[in-house]
Amino acid sequence: MSVSTAFEKARADDRAALVGYLPAGFPDVEGGIEAIRTLVDAGCDVIEVGLPYSDPVMDGPTIQAAAQRALEGGVRISDVLRTVEAVAATGTPTVVMTYWNPVERYGVARFAADLASAGGAGLITPDLTPDSAGGWIAAADQHDLDKIFLVAPSSTDERIAMTTAACRGFVYAAAVMGVTGARAASSDLAGPLVERTRATTDLPIGVGIGVSNGEQAAEVAAYADGVIVGSAFVRCLLDHDDRAGGLAALRRLTEDLAAGVRRG
Amino acid sequence: MSLDSARPPGNSARPPGNSARPPEKAARPAGGWEADEQGWFGGAEGWGGRFMPEALVRALDELTAAWHEAMADPAFTDEFATICREYAGLPSPLYEAGRLSEQVGCRILLKREDLNHTGAHKIRNVLGQALLTRRMGKTRVIAETGAGQHGVASATAAAYFGLDCTVYMGSVDVKRQALNVARMQLLGTRVIPVDSGSATLKDAINEALRDWVASVDHTAYLFGTAAGPHPFPSMVRDFTRAIGDEARAQCLDRYGVLPRGVAACVGGGSNAIGLFTAFLDDDVEIHGFEPGGDGFETGRHAATITAGDAGVLHGARTYVLQDEDGQTIESHSISAGLDYPGVGPQHAWLAASGRASYTPVTDAEAMEAMALLSRTEGIIPAIESAHAIAGALQVAKGYGPDDIMLINLSGRGDKDMETARDWFRLGEAEGGEAEPVT
Repeated sequence: MSVSTAFEKARADDRAALVGYLPAGFPDVEGGIEAIRTLVDAGCDVIEVGLPYSDPVMDGPTIQAAAQRALEGGVRISDVLRTVEAVAATGTPTVVMTYWNPVERYGVARFAADLASAGGAGLITPDLTPDSAGGWIAAADQHDLDKIFLVAPSSTDERIAMTTAACRGFVYAAAVMGVTGARAASSDLAGPLVERTRATTDLPIGVGIGVSNGEQAAEVAAYADGVIVGSAFVRCLLDHDDRAGGLAALRRLTEDLAAGVRRG
Repeated sequence: MSLDSARPPGNSARPPGNSARPPEKAARPAGGWEADEQGWFGGAEGWGGRFMPEALVRALDELTAAWHEAMADPAFTDEFATICREYAGLPSPLYEAGRLSEQVGCRILLKREDLNHTGAHKIRNVLGQALLTRRMGKTRVIAETGAGQHGVASATAAAYFGLDCTVYMGSVDVKRQALNVARMQLLGTRVIPVDSGSATLKDAINEALRDWVASVDHTAYLFGTAAGPHPFPSMVRDFTRAIGDEARAQCLDRYGVLPRGVAACVGGGSNAIGLFTAFLDDDVEIHGFEPGGDGFETGRHAATITAGDAGVLHGARTYVLQDEDGQTIESHSISAGLDYPGVGPQHAWLAASGRASYTPVTDAEAMEAMALLSRTEGIIPAIESAHAIAGALQVAKGYGPDDIMLINLSGRGDKDMETARDWFRLGEAEGGEAEPVT
């Protein structure tokens, strides 16, 4: 199931979609599934399951810390796919966000087939741009999977057009020049990037910008089709030693953000 | 106490893998040894390419264009040559190691990159990249470093050109290369220790890339080896290829023949590709020597080509030490400068095509070669370079008295003296009193 269905539903409600990210296997595989189900229950419309990787050049310290703990806990790609299966079973469109080498190592065609079998909707690839993605695009098309590539404030208009032409599902606007992480101040780069991107495509545009509360989500929802939140969710779990406390914090934050996208 | 008796046990068993002799005649591939416009060596989706966040693509495109324009501009290439000559002390000499040659039974030539300003081949690359940075109007440079030689060279070039400089260095390497950290700081550079992952070179690269994503509008990344996304593998090679061009001409001038073999150590592979490039179309054996660490079969090594598999690391497809899930395996080498689980993609292509051989050399073998060169020639090599010495001398045992083995002595060993002191227990008291080892 493409994530576009969730964006269409949100659009019908005249609001932006809330897209939530958590890495698989954090704090452990079952705990990660429970945490992501909490996101679903509390109002996320689309789920990104992170595939923990040893060399995450785009991740800030928060997500890197969680991924490192997942790797130290022995998380495998099979666990990531199991997480996808469990989340997709809720009916919420679920994509995997992954650096490229694990997919290439697993086998591109095999990964696409197994992701589709698990009910996954597609992939977000932070270090794979469409001009280097011939193998993935072919495999994704064969298995009816979304290809979600990123645009950035530094992207030229030509590259934005090339990128959106290759996307399916939504376009990921990484609207801050920097690594992932919650930020106190809003970026003045996001609006213009969304505007330039919208000029090239009818696909929904999700914005990842370091949002960590409902107020910020409302600001972004005013001009974007989706608000992507990752580090703030991870922080809820990192900041609580007890699982119940972490899940409660996760639920509170998700509800706040879900209310925010409805105000935007 | 002798050096030999002080040497810890090591394993010199040769692993299987890509250690076959290269072909007698160079078989130039149809597309040549160059990368195509997208940075692929060996054809589309072969080795190299560009696997990078979209946020950096524009900067990489701009860098590619600026590099092409600069290399076609005589004003740039002339200035680069002048700085190399008058500031960095180039070209470096080609020295016939007479006493070592007597022991080996063939002529051993050393390309003395250890005599360059800052003590290694690295100065060539950074002067080229820093000159390009100035041409592009950027005011800040960042770099990653393992042994510190690239960091020191970057700090030096930054001081020379008046650029702000930050160097990322794994915290493990900060400890084992304390002298070079001090040198960088004295040169006015900010050294940032990196604690993530294995806290060595690969993690320093990750952190430098993160910095670059956030600062790309005014910052250039002086990449330290011939790896990474296009155009770095080709650009770094071009700034270092004079090593081989000089050595080839020096050898022909002096001896009237080309060497039978050339040899260099290979971590990321910048000194090696700088040497090898001049000889790719010649009937010359090309030997790269990888860090074999504690021994290939122990798993504690950084023999990336011999033991790795094709994968993507730091923006390029190349050989990578990785597990079944594509997670990078931490590498190990006594040499911080070789302690890297990837390798430049052109080396991957040279290995896969059979044009060059790549063989591991253990820590113990390298340290033995370090001592041997010190004693026979009065030259203390960097531990990186000692890997090349050790491997080349093994190969040269099969050579005749008129054959020439040309070895790139990529750096000097000052920075490694603490490691050498610990390894050989230099200066330790014997019979209650400290005394010289020799």
